[in-house]
Amino acid sequence: MLRFLIKRLLLASTTLVAISIVTFLLFFAVPSSPAWVMCGRNCSPERIAQVEQSLGLDQPITKQYTDFVKGIFVGRTINDAGTIRECDAPCLGYSFRSKEPVTDTIERSLPVTVSIVAGAMVVFLTVGIGLGMLAALKKGTVFDRVAIGASVGFASTQTYTLGGVLLLLLVYSTGLLPNPHYTPITQDPLDWAGGMLLPWITLGLINSALYARLSRAQMIETLQEDFVRTARAKGLSARVVNRRHALRAAITPIITIAGVDLGAYLGGVVITESVFSLNGIGREAAQAVQDLNLPLVMATVLLAAFFIVAMNIIVDMLYAVIDPRVRLG
Amino acid sequence: MTTSTSPAAAAVDPEAYLQVRDLKVQFPTEDGLVRAVDGVTFSVRRGQTLGIVGESGSGKSVTSMSILGLHNPARTKITGEISIGGKNIVGMKEQQLQRLRGKDVAMIFQDPLSALHPYYKVGAQIAEAYKVHHPSASKKEATTRAVDMLDRVGIPQPQRRANQYPHEFSGGMRQRAMIAMALVNDPALVIADEPTTALDVTVQAQILELLEDLQREFQSAIIMITHDLGVVSQVADDVLVMYAGRPVETGSVEQIMKRPQHPYTWGLLASVPSLHGDATVDLVPIKGNPPSLINLPTGCSFNPRCRYAGQNGNRSFSEVPELRPAGEPGHNVACHMSFETRQRLYAEDIAHAGVAQ
Amino acid sequence: MTDLAGTAAGTATTTTPAREPLLKVEGLTKHFPVRSGLWGKGSVVRAVENVNFEVHPGETLGLVGESGCGKTTTGRMLVRLLEPTAGKITFDGEDITHTKGARLRKLRQDIQIIFQDPYASLNPRHTVGRIVAMPLQVNGITPPGGVKRRVQELLETVGLNPEHYNRYPHEFSGGQRQRIGIARALALKPKLIVADEPVSALDVSIQAQVVNLLRQLQRDLGLSFVFIAHDLAVVRHFCERIAVMYLGRMVEVGTRQQIYENPAHPYTRALLSAVPDVTKLGGHGRIKLEGDVPSPIDPPSGCVFHTRCWKAQEKCSAEAPVLLPNPNGSISACHFPETGEVV
Ligand SMILES: Nc1ncnc2c1ncn2[C@@H]1O[C@H](COP(=O)(O)OP(=O)(O)OP(=O)(O)O)[C@@H](O)[C@H]1O
Ligand SMILES: Nc1ncnc2c1ncn2[C@@H]1O[C@H](COP(=O)(O)OP(=O)(O)OP(=O)(O)O)[C@@H](O)[C@H]1O
Ligand code: SF4
Ligand code: SF4
Ligand SMILES: [Mg+2]
Ligand SMILES: [Mg+2]
Repeated sequence: MLRFLIKRLLLASTTLVAISIVTFLLFFAVPSSPAWVMCGRNCSPERIAQVEQSLGLDQPITKQYTDFVKGIFVGRTINDAGTIRECDAPCLGYSFRSKEPVTDTIERSLPVTVSIVAGAMVVFLTVGIGLGMLAALKKGTVFDRVAIGASVGFASTQTYTLGGVLLLLLVYSTGLLPNPHYTPITQDPLDWAGGMLLPWITLGLINSALYARLSRAQMIETLQEDFVRTARAKGLSARVVNRRHALRAAITPIITIAGVDLGAYLGGVVITESVFSLNGIGREAAQAVQDLNLPLVMATVLLAAFFIVAMNIIVDMLYAVIDPRVRLG
Repeated sequence: MTTSTSPAAAAVDPEAYLQVRDLKVQFPTEDGLVRAVDGVTFSVRRGQTLGIVGESGSGKSVTSMSILGLHNPARTKITGEISIGGKNIVGMKEQQLQRLRGKDVAMIFQDPLSALHPYYKVGAQIAEAYKVHHPSASKKEATTRAVDMLDRVGIPQPQRRANQYPHEFSGGMRQRAMIAMALVNDPALVIADEPTTALDVTVQAQILELLEDLQREFQSAIIMITHDLGVVSQVADDVLVMYAGRPVETGSVEQIMKRPQHPYTWGLLASVPSLHGDATVDLVPIKGNPPSLINLPTGCSFNPRCRYAGQNGNRSFSEVPELRPAGEPGHNVACHMSFETRQRLYAEDIAHAGVAQ
Repeated sequence: MTDLAGTAAGTATTTTPAREPLLKVEGLTKHFPVRSGLWGKGSVVRAVENVNFEVHPGETLGLVGESGCGKTTTGRMLVRLLEPTAGKITFDGEDITHTKGARLRKLRQDIQIIFQDPYASLNPRHTVGRIVAMPLQVNGITPPGGVKRRVQELLETVGLNPEHYNRYPHEFSGGQRQRIGIARALALKPKLIVADEPVSALDVSIQAQVVNLLRQLQRDLGLSFVFIAHDLAVVRHFCERIAVMYLGRMVEVGTRQQIYENPAHPYTRALLSAVPDVTKLGGHGRIKLEGDVPSPIDPPSGCVFHTRCWKAQEKCSAEAPVLLPNPNGSISACHFPETGEVV
């Protein structure tokens, strides 16, 4: 176990370093400069050079990278066109655009994304897996067909279409739900939930469709397993067979996939955030890319990578806990 | 197996614990109706072992699953009669079946690794089987019972083993655990579906011996399903040979192995290589392949592969042969050839090849 | 039995005519490194340990033993699908233990393998014609009369209809699929075929068809076989000489008669007596082996069979027996070999 953990942590750190380097290099490979974005197409070359210098972009790329890394671990001093700013570790630099510390931006937007994802997960894990399992148990019945039909329908819709339609129907025309917005849960839990309701439903439904199909297939396969037949041959009731024997085995791979999905979503659910105008990580990241806002791009990319890598490790460890056959090593 | 002589009921012993009469199991599928079992009749007394032999797809497992009522009634058509201790279970309600399963009738499956749940400890799985039928037993009692059973089937350190998972057991140990689970409620009938096919010969010998020991102790009736004639001749008292869902020959193990009368049984015996006799003569295989159960040949379903199909004019191709007494009491065969012809052909063509030697 | 001196040193050569062996295996060993335990401590699976045997032109050698005794591993080393940890393989006078590149490709024409699972070893998206023609095409061989002609000939040889040329594997039954595998193995006119449990997955009636086919091919084409199986009766029927393996080691080698009528090694006897036999009703007179085969990660000391052997004595756990000739003519590794016929 420990060996596994050490191995995976080492691998994870290497991955993160590699991703940061690649992102850095890609940034400089783009035939455009943040300076242009900041002062417009018709900027004079002198002005560009000035801006670049103020952003530290005139330094050699290796120096910029080592400065960035140093900032994360020990903090750094940034000279922004004469203004000296102290940036304590973990320092991800200052946003080119808003000039605020990138850590502040993250601190502000991460809770939004986490809120959206957490609620949506609850929706799709219960609705999706529940429907899928039920459909598998009632394979071939009307219920099953309707459930599959609906899930095919939802799975093929896009977040922005479904989100847009729901927004129009439930908020703008009927006012059944409040306009999506973010209030910290610590401030007003009810308002927090109310503001998140629509994103939860949208993201939840679309993923429910995927998870329903997945769990249905998984459950149907498990129901054919020999050990399910053994359980029935013992004289157990259908309920016990389904819950204790089939479900337990069928749900394991789904938990794995859910964990990996969670990691991916925490890095930002761009479309959902955009449709409902919520300033989560995804939206910040998209904006940062448009602006060529290097510090924020680096920060969001690394954060997303971190979540994915971390969830992968957690999922593998969880798997070993659930399935006694799995040995970590 | 029986002393009765009337054709259809030929193979049923009215005293037997299990009596199966004219069992038919059909699965409607998209490709057509699968006649997996097509009129099987047999019986087993307590303390006796019936061997069911036949090639892959001949309906052995489907037969055994019907005895436990394990087929999904929505997708299976079952007719005929399966009487267990006097109760007919064909058409019985699921709740009643549940009370029977694992208590009166227990099953041992072929591959113990996939038949045991990978996530639960072996002891817990056996205890669960005990608790279903002893709801008043405490968890501790059930666990003790499980450990006792593991001990009884010859697993060393049963206390420790009960706390392990199936994948930590060897193949033979797993099958012992499976047997412990099947016997935990002292069932009157045990169905073993290829219990040793996945095991090595030396382990197979251990398991077969264990089953025989336990049978002596518990006086259970055993149905031993296998495609290995050697296994059958070792443990069975009576034998049922199946082909394409139909019974082709039944009788005592003596009768089937030493004086077989059906061309398919001959084919099996002549195609199995033996440890004795002349190893240099060729085996006599059965030509061709088993038929599709959706599209059975008309008449005798063995006719495309039978060397003697022409012997009776057109009857082999037009009329399904019924299981009829074949001379000795208890010996029944489903073939149109006359007793004399069968005797002569056996002596001439078969008696010298494979294990038939 | 001409060179007993060699056998005393561990080379198992029984009833050897004076001709050169086609295949000679000396000290063949394969260890698989594995990790186990909480801390992932490294250890090795001793899958094959110092195995020696010879196969002569036109001879059929049977390799028998229980699951996990190293039969498949040995077979895969012979066709160079696995790299031996130690030992030497000589084929047709040439050391092929580490042959690589073009030479290995040439060698693969001479030594072919047939697998147990006829379905898994055939590409489901290729026609039968293409599957059988593949070895010819890969090696750039155009037989006289063309590839298609040759393939159809091969199909006919293995008892398939040449018109099946354009069909796909799923349209065939298990026995027919195994025939396709055999046709493919024959395509390059090999000298030696390693058959790894070729009939184990087949039904008895079909198994007999395939065994007969292999026997006929062996006779007609003068092929040599290393025939791997766990079914002793099938091996008896197909092989002239039999090598018995236990826990990665060779415990006895001898002719059919020696092994089946007069085996010297207690394990061979136990194995034979465990085979349920139709000719004997009821299960009497069986030698019962206790327990399971030990783990090849941590094999017992001395004679690896001593944990289950009913004849084991102190010497057995202390000292590993070497392969030595017995009065019956076979060669076995046992301190206290059995004598007398089996019943
Ligand atoms: N639920 C089902 N639906 C459709 N066909 C089925 C079903 N169950 C079994 N069959 C078919 O019934 C036939 C008999 O199957 P069965 O499992 O009884 O064979 P078997 O004699 O046990 O063979 P084996 O030796 O391979 O276990 C097979 O052709 C199988 O495909
Ligand atoms: N790639 C591998 N890594 C680790 N161990 C292996 C590997 N391949 C085989 N083994 C082990 O080596 C031993 C010999 O395996 P092998 O497959 O040769 O046995 P076998 O005699 O062919 O058995 P079977 O009759 O089951 O096919 C077994 O203990 C097996 O678990
Ligand atoms: S009835 Fe005809 S085809 Fe069937 S087994 Fe008898 S002789 Fe053969
Ligand atoms: S050496 Fe000893 S333990 Fe090994 S087989 Fe011979 S008698 Fe048995
Ligand atoms: Mg079966
Ligand atoms: Mg193998």
